[in-house]
Amino acid sequence: MTESNKKEQITTKIWREVAEDDNPFAAAACYCSGFDVYGDLLGKATYIEYLYLLFKLEPPAEHQKNLLEGLAIALANPGPRDHSVRAAMNAGVGGSTRASALIASVAVGAGNLGGGREVYNAVQYWEHCGNSLSAWEERINNPPTEERADVWQPMEHAPGFDPNGASCPTPVRQTLDYLVGVGRSDALTWLQQNRETLEAYADAPLAMSGVAAAVFHDLALTPDQSEMLFMLLRLPGAAVHALEQEGLGWRRYPFFGDGLKLQEVPPGESEGDL
Amino acid sequence: MKNIFEKYEDNWETSMGGWFPGEKVILRGKNVLTELNDYRWVEYLLFGITGRHSPRIARLIEGMWLICTSFPDPRLWNNRIAALAGTTRATGVLGSAGALAISEATIYGLKPIQGVSDFLYRTSKKIANGSTLGDVVTSEIKKYRGIYGYGRPVVDQDERVEPLMAFARSMDAGNGHYTSLALEVDEYLSNSRYKYRINASGVVAGLLADEGITPEELYHIATLTFTAGVIPCYIDAVKKPEGAFFPLRVSRINSEGTAEPRVWGK
Repeated sequence: MTESNKKEQITTKIWREVAEDDNPFAAAACYCSGFDVYGDLLGKATYIEYLYLLFKLEPPAEHQKNLLEGLAIALANPGPRDHSVRAAMNAGVGGSTRASALIASVAVGAGNLGGGREVYNAVQYWEHCGNSLSAWEERINNPPTEERADVWQPMEHAPGFDPNGASCPTPVRQTLDYLVGVGRSDALTWLQQNRETLEAYADAPLAMSGVAAAVFHDLALTPDQSEMLFMLLRLPGAAVHALEQEGLGWRRYPFFGDGLKLQEVPPGESEGDL
Repeated sequence: MKNIFEKYEDNWETSMGGWFPGEKVILRGKNVLTELNDYRWVEYLLFGITGRHSPRIARLIEGMWLICTSFPDPRLWNNRIAALAGTTRATGVLGSAGALAISEATIYGLKPIQGVSDFLYRTSKKIANGSTLGDVVTSEIKKYRGIYGYGRPVVDQDERVEPLMAFARSMDAGNGHYTSLALEVDEYLSNSRYKYRINASGVVAGLLADEGITPEELYHIATLTFTAGVIPCYIDAVKKPEGAFFPLRVSRINSEGTAEPRVWGK
């Protein structure tokens, strides 16, 4: 290793360390945004407060803590019918590694439908539209389009709303009502007051991802931060359902044995030798 | 109620394929065990993605993968995941899966690979509609601060371009419309104030567009393209002591955040 390579560093605003006297490769103290994590913060801060600090670099106010705490509980387990949890359970029933259950869950829970990317897009909508009904109507009717191809599929529905929903599900309304009560949140209060109008614009009911996006916007998290935090907060359910199904095994888990119906290949979709 | 789910409940209608236990396997209407059993693996991959059987395109893809994307250097960002997985004694597949996932990057990997193909198709169409190459290139750079497939992190020159073109010529490829367009853009950029030069993904996209491969197809074809370079990095790291892969001492953290100690709750 050359001397100049040795000087390459990781730059961070989040973290500072002090080395142990006997080992330059071990930290004696770790500071997160100035707080001594193991010497002060541990035992004083709650997990949610520390999570907030990591993202925001400042401790949360009481109502911000309550908002994130409430959202974290609402998102922690989407239940075993949720796509991201199903992904984790597929790892479980096949006896795959535990890590692969979480990887699979994040992968499936990353998308435009109920996933991290939906939240990313929805927070962008919040940033663009704020509390203006006319701006939301315009944005939903004329969503932003991108000339370049992207690895992400284009959105097929208004972000934060469920294209396959009938009416706004009870848990979504319960979560919204609770968070409005504890959060002193402009975005959530406005969302609660205008939910039905927005649902009419979207032609779809509000989804949990839409509530999450409003919370993240209210906490002044960027779309990137919101996407990341949403995926993170949904992992506990994936973990426990994967473990449970691992114990029960593939025989007691749907395989959809009679579900696949093979159709004729449409002309042009399978060519012979070229 | 507009719910579509009842129609799809226990009902996945598909012409893509399936496994009929103890009987047969079908891909795009072909019996894998009796009709596709002579395919080479990349031919099968190509057929699955595009519905086309072309030993020529499959051979082109194989050659491109070898020349361009299978460098076993553990410092490359995606390969480094495998090396880190090796040094922490995670499993090989987890290392490869992590490396595969991060290969969908912006400064290298899947976004440029798909993006430059998309750029070539769009540029060709715009030129056919009367734009000049210079206008298209300039407005692309202005809008996106760069063009996928041109420019490269770490070094300017791409040592893969020449061997890639030599390989293409050996396959009687390299003179098609899109490859020529890709090289014309390179020529234009080299004479402009922009210092970007064509990189391997630009050449690959041109060559495969000349074979009729779309940006979306190229994206899927390229999904596993880095794997042959990733796995050796894991194997190498596992052979060395635990944690030995480029260890970082505490002084390697450059803190730009709050320097003053703070006390929680005050």
